[in-house]
Amino acid sequence: MNNFNFAQASETDEAISMVNGNDNSFYIAGGTNLLDLWKYNITRPAELVDINKLPGHQAIERLPDGGLRLGALVTNASTAYHPMIEEKYPLLSKAILAGASAQIRNMATNGGNLLQRTRCYYFYDVNTPCNKREPGSGCSAIGGYNRIMAILGTSEHCIAVFPSDMCVGLAALDARVNVTGPDGERVIAFSDFHRLPGDTPQLDNNLHHGELITSIDLPPSGFEKNYSYLKIRDRNSYAFALVSVATGLELNDNIITDARIALGGLAHKPWRVIEAEDFLKGKQANEQNFGAAADIILRGATPYPFNSFKIELARRSIIRNGMMALDPSTAIPGARPV
Amino acid sequence: MELPISTPDISTEQISATSEVNFTINGTEQQVTVSPWTSLIDTLREQLDLTGTKKGCDHGQCGACTVLCDGKRILSCLTLTVMKNGSSITTIEGIAGENGLHPLQQAFIDHDAFQCGYCTPGQICSAIGMMKEGRAKTREEVKELMSGNLCRCGANVGIIDAIMEINNGGKHE
Repeated sequence: MNNFNFAQASETDEAISMVNGNDNSFYIAGGTNLLDLWKYNITRPAELVDINKLPGHQAIERLPDGGLRLGALVTNASTAYHPMIEEKYPLLSKAILAGASAQIRNMATNGGNLLQRTRCYYFYDVNTPCNKREPGSGCSAIGGYNRIMAILGTSEHCIAVFPSDMCVGLAALDARVNVTGPDGERVIAFSDFHRLPGDTPQLDNNLHHGELITSIDLPPSGFEKNYSYLKIRDRNSYAFALVSVATGLELNDNIITDARIALGGLAHKPWRVIEAEDFLKGKQANEQNFGAAADIILRGATPYPFNSFKIELARRSIIRNGMMALDPSTAIPGARPV
Repeated sequence: MELPISTPDISTEQISATSEVNFTINGTEQQVTVSPWTSLIDTLREQLDLTGTKKGCDHGQCGACTVLCDGKRILSCLTLTVMKNGSSITTIEGIAGENGLHPLQQAFIDHDAFQCGYCTPGQICSAIGMMKEGRAKTREEVKELMSGNLCRCGANVGIIDAIMEINNGGKHE
């Protein structure tokens, strides 16, 4: 653990000017992942800039198009329990509440959730090679114990998975990420926010250094009638996903008119395959069709010696979660579709 | 095989700036002088001699360091003291009322809700925060919303029994 300087920013522009141009200066909000990484000597900040007091990013507000804007500094708990989220975006609420613990959700912010880093145990062990931590040093997971690692979108340089539950929900909802920075404001589609490892696994996402997430926008459609979040893990609570699925359906009788399926625990980013969602449109909502969609989603999945089980686990999870979405009252941990 | 060695890009070891932090601890206003990297749990234990709050993993995985900040349960190991200027912190030392133990403390005794007791202060602070959140009614919901507090003696059944007694408005309330 290194020593660092600390500064509190009172305006967004001020915060950006403090971090911009200094590669070792970082924003801190909830700090639940950043301080953990610092304690493990993975992140060695020269300066932390506290952004918790910045005005303008602290609320959940309606958008003119009927959607919702989630302030980047609102905590995960306040978001999950917000009346408008529970009512219109219960899929997001369930996804958030499937992650971390109540204490961490009280501290962690929406912006920070997007920026948390992998829990790959080789990334966390500074005594082992890791291309994400030390580019060019190698990947210990590929030839190591890779049970929790990715099966989709991997590269020869990194097979880590992105750990967030909230982001799987946001991916399914087609959220947009609003950011501001030294070069002004921009909007990033959720599917473009996180990256695949490729040959630059040290980059988790497409945010530039100095850029700041200000809010996350949700489109009007929240799939509040037919949704489910299923998280499969080694213990019932407070563990990262081996596989997770966020499913949202629009139904006309039992015919699917719109479908979203996003997966966690399988890749370096929340995983969506539009072709599978398009396949489901106009089809009956049943196990056979969800299974066919799962086969499209998992096409090209590449297992490693200890995680080949994830392919079948993901397939079954997609089917089960599709059926649970038909009756969200069954969407509790351990519940089976009737 | 060449192993990676993490080295800071700039020398930060000489940094020695300190900050004054003013906050309320268990109802008493306190002023402490801390380094930017001092965690709240270290301030509580090392500077304020409030050793009831326990350091378990120091990485946010066990919940032993749980305290209440402005009424909400948080992890004091993943909190920088310098970021809590102006806050009101309640630790296990501030839980009991003027007339003796907090009902939940008594319930922990009545239900044999601990063996070694190391996780107990965090369990009690967390449960008080949980009850204030008002989201847990059933036993299953309590178990889920208390999952951030580990008990490796295995007293979990007694812990949940104790919380259920108070959470359900039992004989103590």
